[in-house]
Amino acid sequence: MSRHPDLVILQDRVWDTNPALVQLLGLCPLLAVSDTFIKGFALGLATLLAVLATSVTVSALRYLVPHEVRVPAIVLLLASFVTIIDLGLKAYFYELSEVLSIFVPLIAVNCMIIARAEEFAACSEVRLSLFDGLATGLGFLLALAALGTLREMLGYGTLLRDAALLFGERAGGLEISLDAHYPGMHLVRLPAGAFFILGLLIALRRALDTRGTAEALKGEHASVNDSMGHAPA
Amino acid sequence: MTQALLARMIRAAVPILIIAILGTTAVAFSYQLMQERIAQREQRAALRDVATVMPLHYDNDIYEDAVVVNATEYLGTDGPVTVYRARLAGKLVGVVLVPVTADGHNGPIPLIVGIAADGTLCGVRVLEQHETEGLGDGVDQKRSNWIQGFTGRSLQDPTSEGWRLKRDGGAFDGLSGATVSVRAIIEVVHTALQYYAANRDLLTKD
Repeated sequence: MSRHPDLVILQDRVWDTNPALVQLLGLCPLLAVSDTFIKGFALGLATLLAVLATSVTVSALRYLVPHEVRVPAIVLLLASFVTIIDLGLKAYFYELSEVLSIFVPLIAVNCMIIARAEEFAACSEVRLSLFDGLATGLGFLLALAALGTLREMLGYGTLLRDAALLFGERAGGLEISLDAHYPGMHLVRLPAGAFFILGLLIALRRALDTRGTAEALKGEHASVNDSMGHAPA
Repeated sequence: MTQALLARMIRAAVPILIIAILGTTAVAFSYQLMQERIAQREQRAALRDVATVMPLHYDNDIYEDAVVVNATEYLGTDGPVTVYRARLAGKLVGVVLVPVTADGHNGPIPLIVGIAADGTLCGVRVLEQHETEGLGDGVDQKRSNWIQGFTGRSLQDPTSEGWRLKRDGGAFDGLSGATVSVRAIIEVVHTALQYYAANRDLLTKD
């Protein structure tokens, strides 16, 4: 079965090696501001923009920057982009920037982005790097949005809470309360709860992933493939 | 040998220099472009807080009419405290002090305090708190309306002995589970009123 190489990259980045759920990279912001869908989605979007811009520029400058100083160059570029994103957020989504606070500037030290730039963009052509950044960012965004949605449902019993932060005042009415009498689960709203829900998401992803493999291996004594083998940085 | 090393160093340093210059330029340019809008947003956010504790009618540009003071003993913070002055036709109707800081159970609780010209409290609001959820966070107006109990109070109502919790012999209701934070807030609001009373002329002159 031969598929378009772009599709292969997309499936790999979003599912097979999802930065948050498989590589377990860049988890600090992911756990800190994922108690609602809107926050998770917004931070995911900011991260997507940062990884995209960094991958493209690192790839474009790959012949100019010698190997020895590649990492400092990546960090410089990433920090510049993140600062600009942070300024834009403050100018156009002020309330959102207050809620996300330090975690947008912290994208500048997100090891997931630095890893993409160092491992892929620095030795690939611009078009491929753009797609790689897009797919990796999308994988991170989807993981954050899923985590945010789950934590919001369990922690507050709502959907699309505080939508006005991202979509403007008129979206304020989008919030859906699943059960008006639901008291909310305090633990899930805390960072510790984020770990539990993330753990469940990782387990769910692996269960879906290994279902097919396990069937294929039935009868054999082989262990299930270890997709968790990548050491977290 | 040395020359080769030097050449390598330059080959490594020049790209970094170029990237640093480009990056800084891009950041500076974006800042120029957005700085005005950001300042507007910050001002609007600050005014939103001010409006919650200054219901009196005023016609001056309160954001421009401000002084910065420093009074750790009375206002609870080492840092600067901004005093916004609300005036109607040039005459003072009230001031807003921000931040007045209470020493909460889990760290400082910055408050915004509105005081009418005659020394009556117009309102107290919590700006930010990290109190224990379900317990100390009752001081937050989002969780309970306890803090609205300050509105209308002054140094005369109650007099100084009364600025305590009812269980300590004072005039203020408590919040179960939040005694530490509540005591701290009552105390700092009291001293803020004293500070205003003692420095009224200084705080309100141009």
